[in-house]
Amino acid sequence: MSDRRTISVTINGETYEREVETRLTLADFIRHEVLLTGTHVGCEHGVCGACTILLDGRTARSCLMLAVQANGHEITTVEGIAPNDTELHPLQQAFQDNHGLQCGFCTPGMLTTLIEFLGDNPDPTEQEVREAISGNLCRCTGYQGIVAAALDAAKRLQGQETAGA
Amino acid sequence: MGAKMFGARVARLEDPRLLTGRGSYTDDFHLPGMLEAAFVRSPHSHAKINSIDTTAAKAHPGIVAVYTAADLPEYLRDMTVPFQVPNPAISQPFQQRLLEDREVCFAGEPIALVVADSRYNAEDAATLVEIDFEILPGASDCKSALEDSAPMCHADSANNEGAKYTVGYGDVADAFANAHLTHREEYWIHRGGGFAIENRAVVAEYDELQDMLTIWSATQSPFLVKQNVVDMLGWESDKVRVIAPDVGGGFGPKTIYYVEEALIPLVAKELGRPVKWVEDRRENFLATNMERDQYWDMEIAVDADGKLLGVRGKMIHDSGAYMPWGIISPYISATTLPGPYILPTYELETRVALTNKVAVTPVRGAGRPQAVFAMERLMDRAADKLGIDRVEIRRRNLIPTEQMPYALGLIFRDGKPMTYDSGDYPKCQAEALRIADYDGFRARQEAARAEGRHIGLGIANYVEGTGLGPFEGATVRIQPSGRICIYTGGGDSGQGHWTTLAQVCADKFGVGVADIDVQKGDTGKIASGVGTFASRIAVNAGSSVHLASMEVREKALKVAAHMLEAAEEDLDIEDGRVVVKGSDLSVGLAEIARAVQGMPGFSLPGGVEPGLEATHYFSPSQSCYCNGTAVVELEVDPATGWVDILKYSMAHDSGTLINPFVVDGQVQGAVAQGVGNALLEWMIYDDNANPVSATFAEYLLPSAPETPNVGVVHIESPSPINPLGVKGAGEGGTIPAPAAIMAAIEDALSPWNVEISGAPITPSMIVEKVRAGA
Repeated sequence: MSDRRTISVTINGETYEREVETRLTLADFIRHEVLLTGTHVGCEHGVCGACTILLDGRTARSCLMLAVQANGHEITTVEGIAPNDTELHPLQQAFQDNHGLQCGFCTPGMLTTLIEFLGDNPDPTEQEVREAISGNLCRCTGYQGIVAAALDAAKRLQGQETAGA
Repeated sequence: MGAKMFGARVARLEDPRLLTGRGSYTDDFHLPGMLEAAFVRSPHSHAKINSIDTTAAKAHPGIVAVYTAADLPEYLRDMTVPFQVPNPAISQPFQQRLLEDREVCFAGEPIALVVADSRYNAEDAATLVEIDFEILPGASDCKSALEDSAPMCHADSANNEGAKYTVGYGDVADAFANAHLTHREEYWIHRGGGFAIENRAVVAEYDELQDMLTIWSATQSPFLVKQNVVDMLGWESDKVRVIAPDVGGGFGPKTIYYVEEALIPLVAKELGRPVKWVEDRRENFLATNMERDQYWDMEIAVDADGKLLGVRGKMIHDSGAYMPWGIISPYISATTLPGPYILPTYELETRVALTNKVAVTPVRGAGRPQAVFAMERLMDRAADKLGIDRVEIRRRNLIPTEQMPYALGLIFRDGKPMTYDSGDYPKCQAEALRIADYDGFRARQEAARAEGRHIGLGIANYVEGTGLGPFEGATVRIQPSGRICIYTGGGDSGQGHWTTLAQVCADKFGVGVADIDVQKGDTGKIASGVGTFASRIAVNAGSSVHLASMEVREKALKVAAHMLEAAEEDLDIEDGRVVVKGSDLSVGLAEIARAVQGMPGFSLPGGVEPGLEATHYFSPSQSCYCNGTAVVELEVDPATGWVDILKYSMAHDSGTLINPFVVDGQVQGAVAQGVGNALLEWMIYDDNANPVSATFAEYLLPSAPETPNVGVVHIESPSPINPLGVKGAGEGGTIPAPAAIMAAIEDALSPWNVEISGAPITPSMIVEKVRAGA
């Protein structure tokens, strides 16, 4: 009885073709169909930001999108941020070095949000970082370590660019 | 020899997994053949159920089973959740049934359970369960609930009083009769919920071949879950294993055992397939325990110098419809009030009201923020009336460190007389004021006022009983690979136990924390455990790791002495090897571990028991008391009521620090929750006790822009009652926040003589007060 469609979605460089119910959320598709469980669901009404992914490089709340809407698009999830299996992305490393996470549940959404933000604003102020993550709730850290990590990561990423230039 | 790990600012071992999406939270489990469950919950705060019809639900595609109370095995139909912490003061200890089919007493109470091939189909079918309700009036506000005219929370009750008790000491009446000044005031303090970003979740799998039931639950207390599953379902203890995998935040509500944790295992066994239930956020608002309202009617008596003579009053506590955690929260409130002050006499009568809302059980701070609010407001009022500085009146009343240990004259929630074990309260307050630049504040305030800006400063002190028993254990095992593994019972919901417990162990073997694994929250890995709540893991599990590590170290030395043919006193352990001091003779921990596995037919070296491991269960003689001072400087816009916290300073004494990096994070996170309680978080119910604020759009959590950075200074007064000298650190930041913030708002708005006697305070409430004072 349910309406089904075949979709093709590229996640972290790999293309997944699946037949899904049209009502399936993108978050559930990523988590329970593709089994990439790093993306988390915290509120299912678009407030907490834990489910944030990058859709064609821009942040999106995967709990507020349907999987079928992602047909033909490219997605990056938290599993796709690190350069390889043994190294962390500079932002991830900054999170560890600044105690930017405790339980880790909001972390994937924080990382994807900050990846986009630091791309747009490579040299942000503290206030700008706070505004950038204002749509991501964290109950553990009081945001202090997260903000410190973002500012630290901005420096590291700028350093990388300078080194590469 | 590696650097000393205990006390070092070590980055967390937990992080790489969690940062790369490789954590495993309960909803991440996908077991073969797994079914998914959804609950039908009462949409009414109070109603009689005339009938339930599941016919349409059962006919929905994908549905495997629908359970109501009538569909449960007979022995479970009327069974209620075991009462965890009885107390003779409790007169009506109502507990929840697994599924209700007669009278629902809060909106969110489970009535039916639908199991399907997918969550989507389960939720579809849940809407098809037809229930004929007869709506009853609900007891909503806890103060009104105790009045004679109130509707009954439970229809057959004679009244809504769940418990009543008085705590105190000394001749209060005499103190008030001889006081220079008294002040009486009523306070309303609303304390919000935990609202971990991960909701509750349970997965259960029954393995018929092994006759073994495994439960994964997003819980702080896997051993409590196991005990209750065993007690309720009547299964053998060794046939049930409960695992708390990665848990996405706890903050108290995940300590408690819930009916879902009985039902999901039950139906998994009945249906012979794994079953998963993941709470959604709406259910979390409705059916996960929280804290809520307390009303305090309090009076303070002081002498002409502002020295405390006595405090007395009455408090009403909203318990919700059931009392799964008894009166723990309000009892902690009552015993927290005296705080760090020499208070010669004290009396508080507490009445616990039953209301048609989800149960109140501890949330980070556990009744303490409310008590500290009442006491610190009274101190402020007494100071103002006497014309003494608010800081100075506190300084005059703080217990001097020379009087430690200090017997308070009260019995704490652990049943032991309250004796503050250590602490330097005057130093703590002074340090907080120092980092807050209190001396420069009045000049800053004057300068701001000259610019038309209104800044204010507030201070609040607290003492917090932490490290509660009965025990937490640890097994420390050196594996044949030489790697050290620690097993402990309490789950980790972000505290960083892997890192901190490894730090406790590492120095005993001269290794780094990366050489140590910590497996926590698994009842299959250690015989007994309690749980991660009440700021108790560092004290209990930490001490157990210390004691077990020492025993393993001694055993390693003893065996090595045989292997190296050396005297034990000539041996030391460096870099994971036992060395003969002053020689190059050594043997690695791996070889020693293999040696004590034994060789078929041969005796063990030195006649030791097999295995290079030890288990200890540390049981504290009483709670240890952490303390702190919060100083808040903030700006208020009198036109809009907006509060901007400019500088948040906290002096925090949780005894000896295992990892200051981790403790900083605990304090900062706890402060954010306190800020939420002061300015944002408010669970609102209508007059019939139906919830009004059941989304994050209506119930506001602090986000990054309104959460302050916290300047933390650590005072370390080692606790004399555990081998590490540690105290709990998880809750202190939350406790003084509402009191300090309200004091600062009053100070900022002193031109309008604004007085605040409740929390939270919203911008519109502030504007009203400014208008009233203009």
